[in-house]
Amino acid sequence: MSWKRILIPAAAIPIIALLAYGLTRDPNLVESPLPGRAAFDFVAPTLDGDTLSLSDLRGKVVVLNFWASWCIACIDEHANFTEAERRYADDDFRMLGVVYQDTPENARRWMQRMGGGWPSVIDASSRIAIDYGVYGVPETYFIDKNGRVAFKQIGPVSWMLLRQKVDSLLAQPTSTELKTGVSGAGALHSSGSQP
Amino acid sequence: MTNTIGYLAIILALFLSLAGAAAAFRAAKTRSSALTLLGRRAAYGVFGLATLSILTMVFALVAHDFSVSYVAQVGSRSTPLFYTVISLWSSLDGSILFWGWILAGYTATVVYIYRDRYRELMPAVTGTLLAVNVFFWLLLAWPANPFQPVFPVPPDGPGPNPLLQNHPFMGLHPPLLYLGYVGMAVPFAFGFASLITGVVGGDWIRAVRRWIMAPWIFLTAGIVAGAWWSYEVLGWGGYWAWDPVENASFLPWLVATAFLHSIMVQERRQTLKTWNILLVIATFLLTLFGTFLTRSGILASVHAFTEGLIGPFFLGFITVVLVVSLALVAWRSDQLRSEPALDSLASRETAFLLNNLLLVAFTFTVLLGTVYPLIAEALRGVKVSVGAPYFNQMSIPIALALIFLTGVGPALPWRRGSPDLLARKFLWPVAVAVLAGLAFWLLDVRHLGAWATLVLAVFAVGLLVGEFWRPAQARRRAHGEGWSRAVLNLTAKNRRRYGGYVVHLGIVVIAVGIALSSTYRREREATLQPGETVVFSGYQIRLDSLYAGREPHREFAEAAFSVARDGRPLARMTPRMNYYPMSTQPIGTPHVRTRPTEDLYLTLMAYARDGSTATVNIIVNPMVVWIWIGGGVVALGALFAISTAAGGAEPTRSRGSSTERQAEPVEAGVGGAER
Repeated sequence: MSWKRILIPAAAIPIIALLAYGLTRDPNLVESPLPGRAAFDFVAPTLDGDTLSLSDLRGKVVVLNFWASWCIACIDEHANFTEAERRYADDDFRMLGVVYQDTPENARRWMQRMGGGWPSVIDASSRIAIDYGVYGVPETYFIDKNGRVAFKQIGPVSWMLLRQKVDSLLAQPTSTELKTGVSGAGALHSSGSQP
Repeated sequence: MTNTIGYLAIILALFLSLAGAAAAFRAAKTRSSALTLLGRRAAYGVFGLATLSILTMVFALVAHDFSVSYVAQVGSRSTPLFYTVISLWSSLDGSILFWGWILAGYTATVVYIYRDRYRELMPAVTGTLLAVNVFFWLLLAWPANPFQPVFPVPPDGPGPNPLLQNHPFMGLHPPLLYLGYVGMAVPFAFGFASLITGVVGGDWIRAVRRWIMAPWIFLTAGIVAGAWWSYEVLGWGGYWAWDPVENASFLPWLVATAFLHSIMVQERRQTLKTWNILLVIATFLLTLFGTFLTRSGILASVHAFTEGLIGPFFLGFITVVLVVSLALVAWRSDQLRSEPALDSLASRETAFLLNNLLLVAFTFTVLLGTVYPLIAEALRGVKVSVGAPYFNQMSIPIALALIFLTGVGPALPWRRGSPDLLARKFLWPVAVAVLAGLAFWLLDVRHLGAWATLVLAVFAVGLLVGEFWRPAQARRRAHGEGWSRAVLNLTAKNRRRYGGYVVHLGIVVIAVGIALSSTYRREREATLQPGETVVFSGYQIRLDSLYAGREPHREFAEAAFSVARDGRPLARMTPRMNYYPMSTQPIGTPHVRTRPTEDLYLTLMAYARDGSTATVNIIVNPMVVWIWIGGGVVALGALFAISTAAGGAEPTRSRGSSTERQAEPVEAGVGGAER
């Protein structure tokens, strides 16, 4: 009856295989309807006391980053944004932060300590976050020169991803280009969510 | 500093459990008492280190030390102290730390209690438990490390998930569930050790029986408390939604329930050995599987935490446990051969077998519904979800059959029952059930499922009462005792049996509560202006006022209602919406007025900012409270059943079974022709 002895443990294989497959999926990832659509415009006060509207930045590639001082993953990605700001200083590129569910004082202090000269707006009653369907921080939206959302990243942005997205958006901001950006988003997403 | 202490304790616990497991397994082979002692001491040491690490974490939480990664994730200066402390288990890393601590506690306790018994088995039990410890401390040392340093230190944290700081039950439900879940490692360790050592039958079965009961009580209480929590907090008026993670707690419960019945058959008849080993392995695996579902994020659920490397780690561990256990079962299949089980169809063995089949079928049904979305996505690439209708439809017939058995099982004698005895035992319960069936129908209980539940419940209670009544009657005659004294003496003499019957009564009560509350629930929504009244199901519900307020950790909007019946004031009810600083959505808090016959459940759905209107959802839920009461009865009955150990009966365990047999002549005397 030795085949039986092998068969019993072998029964485990399909179960393990199924669970292993399950690990490659992330059920919490809801496909965002935003890529390809016009980014919601907003006018909001910045941490420095100015007022800023997204539509003022039309014609530039905007990296819109939702963050908070209590968000640990935001610490990890911050250096990438600082680096991007330096690297693309002469291009049509702007970093823009949105402070998510945080006090302005804490956010200001955090920004001073972490460095980075770009503005961040205060999202008083989470209106902007709700418009963009933010699930948690950090989330980052890449907006092209025509003011359309090209790509959405849930979780911290890696330097590779940041460079790749910004370079392609700076190079060819046409509507056909946008389409490939959308279809490529899924693949990038799943690879990006596994550190 | 805090980070270093906590992390050091985790690392030391990891290495100590590793060394201890190695020593204990070696001792299992060589019978070396020095190594056995080493393994035992390692178990105590791991528990000490685990306690140190958890105290460090609690200290960091209370001190708002945001340089500790877990505190930075779940802490907040505005969270009240109680919720700060219990946020220990409100998120991933902390809950695994809590888990590790409980596991270490179980390990140390078991190793201590049985330090002088089961000498051929205990080293392998110690080794198995410590090996499970190795896995959890490895998890904590690496992918789930809650003591990672955070720099720069954030000024404040987001606080725990708002849903988890909205009700004090959060302090009760998770620890109970963890105590149940983690405790299933102990019977597994005994089963696994018996496979390693080849000591497949014997005395230790009784130890296992106790060690499945203890976590079973916690798990039962944890599940009921979770249902209650969701009822009091989530605002939809329900208590069970077949959410994957609810299922994950229910699956090991089902298998453990099957096991604690079938283990009695093995104890009595030296049979079902392979089956029992498989059940105990399955129970443990299902707790791991449940944790895998919750902690790895492979299925969408309100409970699912985020993933990372924890999912693959768990999967690896499940694979190892599954493959090694099954291989051991296959290897030991010769020793596991059993004697034939059944003498007669009308016997308790048959009832246990049926009970086992039903519970395992139930397990498969729930398991299939839970993982079906995954299967569908893997095979057909489509996203589906399996909703409550599937689970309800599948589980109602099984549940009805199980209610039937809760009464029939205890009434059937071991081996075979004579027709005469059976007729005497069943006549009255059947007659009463038939009458009750007619009465319920006339009382307009026309929903088939609810009606059948009630009728079977009456039948089962009739049989169970008979099991108390008959021997009590015999005692009265024999000793001239009064009723209460007779029942008291009877149950005290055989706690295990009568505790078990009380558990059965509790289960029947729960079933009735579920059947009636789910079928006769009434609900409506109304938008009211202050001063306006809505009449629903006999209640006059008047909106008195609508106001907003602020508490340290949240703001809220509250509506005050006066509830009256026939013009007689009953209650002032204040459902509210809480706004937590770190959540975009308000968290509703329903107001529940609980009475034995029905609950009135008000949820504030919406309101006008100027205070001119409030929309309230009104639910009238009959008999819900009996679910919680039934849960309490189950827990008390089960505690009573295992309470023999507390009285120091443990060392005389070898005579333990005689307590069981003592009561039997009484019953046999009553039953007359029982044997």
